[in-house]
Amino acid sequence: MTSADQHWSFLFGKLSLEALPLHEPIIVATFAAVAVGGAALVGALTYFKLWGYLWHEWFTSVDHKKIGIMYMILGLVMFLRGFADAIMMRIQQAMAFNGSEGYLNAHHYDQIFTAHGVIMIFFVAMPFVTGLMNYVVPLQIGARDVSFPFLNNFSFWMTTAGAMLVMASLFIGEFAQTGWLAYPPLSGLSYSPGVGVDYYIWALQIAGVGTTLSGINLIATIVKLRAPGMTMMKMPVFTWTSLCTNVLIVASFPVLTAVLVLLTLDRYVGTNFFTNDFGGSPMMYVNLIWIWGHPEVYILVLPVFGVFSEVTATFSGKKLFGYSSMVYATVVITILSYVVWLHHFFTMGSGASVNSFFGITTMVISIPTGAKLFNWLFTMYRARIRFDLPMMWTLAFMLTFVIGGMTGVLLAVPPADFVLHNSLFLIAHFHNVIIGGVVFGVFAAINYWWPKAFGFKLEPFWGKVSFWCWVVGFWLAFTPLYAMGLMGVTRRLRVFDDPSLQIWFVIAAIGAGVIAIGIAAMLLQYAVSIIRRDQNRDLTGDPWNARTLEWATSSPPPAYNFAFTPVVHDLDAWTGMKRAGVGRPLEGFRPIHMPKNTGAGVILAGLSTVCGFALIWHVWWLAAVGFAALLITAIAHTFNYRRDFHIPVETVIETEAARTRELALAGAAA
Amino acid sequence: MSAPANVPSADLANWYDLDEHDHPEGGSTLLGFWIYLMSDCLIFAMLFAAFGVVGGNYAAGPGPKDLFDLPLVALNTAMLLFSSITYGFAMLAMQRGNVKAVQGWLLVTGLFGAAFLSIELYEFAHLIHEGATPQRSAFLSAFFTLVGTHGLHVTFGLIWLGVLVVQVGQRGLVAANQRRLMCLSLFWHFLDVVWIGVFTFVYLLGMLR
Amino acid sequence: MDTEPAPPPFRKLLLALALLPLTSLLGGCDWVVLNPLGDVARQQADLVVISTWLMLLIIVPVMALTVFFAWKYRAANDAPDYDPEWSHSTQLELVIWSAPLLIIIALGAVTWVGTHLLDPYRTIGRIDQARDVPASAKPLEVQVVALNWKWLFIYPEQQIATVNELVVPVDRPLRFRISSSAVMNSFYAPALAGQIYAMPGMETKLHAVLNKAGQYEGFSANYSGAGFSHMHFALRGVDEANFARWAQDVRKGAGNLDRAAYLNLEKPSEKEPVRHYASVAPDLFDAVVNLCVRPGKMCMSQMMALDARGGMGNAGRWNLAALSYDKFGREEVNTVLPGMLTEADQVFIKAYCADNRPMTAPGMEVKAPVSTATLRGAGLVWPGASPAAAPGTTKFAIATPNSAS
Repeated sequence: MTSADQHWSFLFGKLSLEALPLHEPIIVATFAAVAVGGAALVGALTYFKLWGYLWHEWFTSVDHKKIGIMYMILGLVMFLRGFADAIMMRIQQAMAFNGSEGYLNAHHYDQIFTAHGVIMIFFVAMPFVTGLMNYVVPLQIGARDVSFPFLNNFSFWMTTAGAMLVMASLFIGEFAQTGWLAYPPLSGLSYSPGVGVDYYIWALQIAGVGTTLSGINLIATIVKLRAPGMTMMKMPVFTWTSLCTNVLIVASFPVLTAVLVLLTLDRYVGTNFFTNDFGGSPMMYVNLIWIWGHPEVYILVLPVFGVFSEVTATFSGKKLFGYSSMVYATVVITILSYVVWLHHFFTMGSGASVNSFFGITTMVISIPTGAKLFNWLFTMYRARIRFDLPMMWTLAFMLTFVIGGMTGVLLAVPPADFVLHNSLFLIAHFHNVIIGGVVFGVFAAINYWWPKAFGFKLEPFWGKVSFWCWVVGFWLAFTPLYAMGLMGVTRRLRVFDDPSLQIWFVIAAIGAGVIAIGIAAMLLQYAVSIIRRDQNRDLTGDPWNARTLEWATSSPPPAYNFAFTPVVHDLDAWTGMKRAGVGRPLEGFRPIHMPKNTGAGVILAGLSTVCGFALIWHVWWLAAVGFAALLITAIAHTFNYRRDFHIPVETVIETEAARTRELALAGAAA
Repeated sequence: MSAPANVPSADLANWYDLDEHDHPEGGSTLLGFWIYLMSDCLIFAMLFAAFGVVGGNYAAGPGPKDLFDLPLVALNTAMLLFSSITYGFAMLAMQRGNVKAVQGWLLVTGLFGAAFLSIELYEFAHLIHEGATPQRSAFLSAFFTLVGTHGLHVTFGLIWLGVLVVQVGQRGLVAANQRRLMCLSLFWHFLDVVWIGVFTFVYLLGMLR
Repeated sequence: MDTEPAPPPFRKLLLALALLPLTSLLGGCDWVVLNPLGDVARQQADLVVISTWLMLLIIVPVMALTVFFAWKYRAANDAPDYDPEWSHSTQLELVIWSAPLLIIIALGAVTWVGTHLLDPYRTIGRIDQARDVPASAKPLEVQVVALNWKWLFIYPEQQIATVNELVVPVDRPLRFRISSSAVMNSFYAPALAGQIYAMPGMETKLHAVLNKAGQYEGFSANYSGAGFSHMHFALRGVDEANFARWAQDVRKGAGNLDRAAYLNLEKPSEKEPVRHYASVAPDLFDAVVNLCVRPGKMCMSQMMALDARGGMGNAGRWNLAALSYDKFGREEVNTVLPGMLTEADQVFIKAYCADNRPMTAPGMEVKAPVSTATLRGAGLVWPGASPAAAPGTTKFAIATPNSAS
C-alpha cells in the first residue's frame, strides 16, 4: 500500500470521515470524556469570565515565572495521558496469554507504546525540566527575567503546539506504530503509509523549535544576566546543571531537527536517505537519532541532579560537599554524553573494537555520576537532616538511581548487551533511571519550590501517601520486568505464549496500579493544599531556611523578582546574607524596566499547529496559507519596537510595603 | 528561620545594587544569535555528514562528474562572496550613520544574493530536467538537501534583508536596527562560510571522487 | 491442562493472583539468559554476573552509607558533630573519584577482552569450557532471513529450507548469515547466543554452538510492525545423527523454495506454521541480501560495484524500475518499452546484463583465537614470554580477508 492508493482531495487532503477512529470503542469513550470535560472547562472559564484574565495574565505573559508554571502544567496534563497509555499496556500484557489477544489489537497497541515513549520524553519530562529551569534560574542568579522574554513565551507555545498535535492524533487519524524513535525502513513510506509517522514528525519538529530556542535563551540568560559578584564558580549547582543542560539542548536538538527533516523528505518528496533501495542507509538514521538521543538522556537528568544538590544542602542545613567536583562532574558528563551513542545499537554488527570503545566511554560516565552521588552522601555527613518531602524524594532517588545506574553500566558491556538488548531488562533499566531520577527529582523540585511559586507550602500528608505509593509501586512494577528480561522476554510484545510469565505481568500491573494511587494522591495533595492555602502560608519567602537567592525575595516573587539586584559574595549567596544579618532596602526605589506581554507567541504557535496539521494530512493549500501567515506575522512582529515598559515606582513601593508587612507578621508569628 | 530583618542594615550597598540603571535592551542579543548560528551550523554539519555517508551511493545513476558544471558553480560562489563584501560596506556605512548608503549597500547585497539563488535554481531545474532528481539516488537526495537547505537560508536572509531596508528607512539607524543589522551580518557571513564548505566538499571533492 | 478450554482472561487474572506466593513464582521460571545452553550465551551470561558483582562492590556500600547517614544525622538526633561549614576534604574527594575509576578500569578491561572474544562475527574457538573446536570441524552454515513476520532458515549445505523452525546439531559450530526482507528485526535465541540485528540489504553474522539437545525458543527482538508479537521460531537441538536424518527427511519431502515461491512467502503474514522445503534455489540468500530475488532487478552488489566506478553516468538516469525494491510500491514493475530505448538506455542495459549475479560482500572474517588455553584462566601472556600451554604466538587472531567465494 502506498500513499497513492489512498483517498486524497484538494480541499481536505487525506482527511475524511474515515480518519475518525469510530470503530475503536476505547477511543470513542475517551473522546466523549475529553469532550465533556473540555466543554465543562470552557463553560466554567466563560461563566467565571476568566478568558480575559488567562489571556492577559498568562497566555501572553513573558514573565519567566508564569511561563515556568505553564510548562509544569503542560507536563502534568501530558503526564496523565502518558500514564494512561502505560496502564493500558500493563493491562494488555497481563491479559494476553494462552491464546487470548487481550483487549487491544496490534494497530492500537503499537500506537500506545509509541505514544507513551514520545509523550513521556518530549511532552512530560522536557516541559517539567524546562519549566523548572525557567522558573528557578533567573531567580537564582538574581535576574529580573530571561534574556529574551518574548522568545521564552514563543518557545512554550511551540512545545504546547507539538503536544496538541500528538493529542489530536488520538482522535483524528492515528499515531505512529513504530516505537518512539521511529526507525526506518519501518517508519518509511513503504511500511508506514498512514499519517501516524507524519504526526510524530511534525509534533516533534514544532516542539523541537521551542526547545532549541529556550535552550539558547537560558544559556544567554545564565551567561549575561548573573547578579554582580556571581562568578561562574559562585553559581548555584542548579544553575550550573541548567547551563550544561541547555548547552546540551542547543548542541543536540538541531541533530534531531536535521534527522527528522531527512525522514520527512523521504516520506514527502521520495528522497532516499533511509530507504532500502537507491542507495539509502537506514543505519544512518539510527546513528543520527541516537547522536541526539543520548545527550537527551542527560538533558533530562542533569537539571534534577541540580535539584537534588540544592535540596540535599538545604535540608542537611549544610554547605554542599565538594562543590567544585560537582561542577566538574557535570561538565564531564556533558562532554562525554556525545561519545556514547553507539551503545544503543551494539547489536547492529559494528566491530568489536568499535563496540568496546563505546562500551567503555559509557562506563566512564559512571565515574562523574558516582562522584556526584558521593557528594550528596557526604553532604549528609555531619548534617542535621530534616525529612521534609523534597528530602524524602532525594533519598528515594539515591537508593533507586544507583540500581538503575548499575544495570545501565551492565548494559554497556557489549556481550551482556547482546543478551539483554531490547529486553524487558532494558525497559526496567531506563524506567529505573528516568522514574528514579527524573520523575523523583521533579517531584522533589515541585515540593521544594511550590511555596516560592505560590506562597504556601504543600500538605505533607497526601504528599507522603503519594511518595510511598510511588516508591513501592515503582519497584512492584519494574522488578518483574528486570526478572523477565533475564528470562529472555523482549519489549513491545502484545501477546505471549508462555503462561508462566503471566504472574510477572500481573505483579507489574499491580505495581502500575499502586503508582496510579500515588498520582491520585499527588493530585489530591495539590488540591488540598490549594484549598487550605491560608493555613500553610509562607510569609517569610524562605520557608526551608534555604541557601540560594530565589529565597531572598517574597513568595510568590513580585513581577520584577528583586527591587534591587542583590550583590553576591558567597557561593550560597542567601545564606551569606542571612549570616551577615543584611536587611532589606526600604527606600530609594526606582521604576523598573520590564518587557511587555505580547500575543505574538500564541499566534505564531497556533499558525504552526495549523501548518503542521495541514502537512500531516497533505492539505497543501492550507499548509501554504498557514506558512505564509506565519511568515507575515513574524515579520509584522519585528515592526513592533515598543516591547518594554517601566513598572512605576509607586507600584514598586506598594509591593515592597506589602512585603514589609508580611515579614512583620512572620516575625510576630515566630 | 531567620527572615530578613525589616530594618535596613548599614552596609546595604555592599549587598544590593542600590544605584541600578536600566539594562540596555538587547544586551544578550548578539550572544544569543551567535548560539543560534552554532545550532544552525550543527544542522548543516548533519547534512554534511549525511552527504559524507551516502554521497557515493549513485544507485547506478549519474555521479558528480556527470552532473556538476564547475564554472557555473564558481560563478555562483563569486556572487555569494561579493554579496558578503557588499554587506561589509553596508556595515561600514552603518558605523558612519549613513542611512541611504546602508540601504543602498543592502540592496546591492540583495541583488547578489538573488543572483546566487537564481543560478542555483537554474542548476536545480537543469538537473531535474535531465532526470537527476532528488529521488534518483541517495547521493542526489543528499546533494539537493544540503545545497537546497543552504539556498533556503539565503532566501530567508533575503526576506530579512528586505524587511531591514524598510525598517532602516522608517526608523533610521536606531540601536534596535543596528543590532538587527549586526545579526543579519553574522547570518549572511555564516552562510558564506557554509557555502565555502559546500563548494569544497560537494562540488570540488565530488569532481575528484 | 492443555485439554481444558482457556478460561476467560479475567478469571485467569484472578487465578494468577491466587498463585502469588514467591516460591511457585521463582521455581517455575526459566532464567534462560543466565542459564543458557550454548557456550557463547554461557560466556555472555558469565559476563553479566561478573559485571554485576564488580559493581555491587561499590553500590552496596553507597546504599548502606546513604541509609546510615540518613539515620545517624537526622535532625532529631542532634548529632554533636554537626558542622554546617564542612564541605571539603581532599582525601575524600580523591576516594570518591578513584573508587568508581578503579571499578571502571577493571570492568573496562573485562569489557575489552570480552567484547573481542565474544564478537559475533568471530568464529568460535571452543565447543564448551572443556573442548576446543577440532581443526577439522567445519561449521554448519545457516542462512537466516527475517520476513514479515516469520523466519526463513536456509541450509546451503543440505540444500533445504525451513520456516519458523531452526534445527541444529549439538556441539557443532554454527555459522549464521543473517538478513531481512523488509524492515529491521533482531535474530535472538537466548539459549544459544546473544542477538544480532537482521537488516534488509545487509548481512550480519553470528557464530555460536548449542551444547544440549532440546527444544528452545527464538524470536525477533526488534519491533518490526503489526505481526511482531508472533514472530517466533522453534530452536531444536539434536545430535549429529538425528540432524542428518532430519535433513534427509526434509530433502525427501515436498516443497521447492525457488525465487517465485520465496516472493510469495515474503508477503506479510502472521502466525505461520512450521514449513519445510525439500530444495532451495541456489544463491537465494545472496539474492535476498542484494535485494534482487525478483527477476529483472539489479543486485545491490552490482549497483555498488558500478557506484565504486563512479556510477553509470547519464545512461543511468531513467532506469528506476530495475532498482526499485520497496519504494513507490513499484517493486513489481520492470518494464522496458522496446521502442523507447534511447542510446543511454541501451548502454545501461548492456552494463546491467553483463554480470548481474549477486556477489557476497568481501567481508573480513574474524578468526577465533589460535589457542583458547589462556582463556581458561592462565591469564594474559607477557610480551616476549612463551605461553605455557599454547603454541600460538598471536593472542588474538588477526582479521583476514575472506577467500572470495
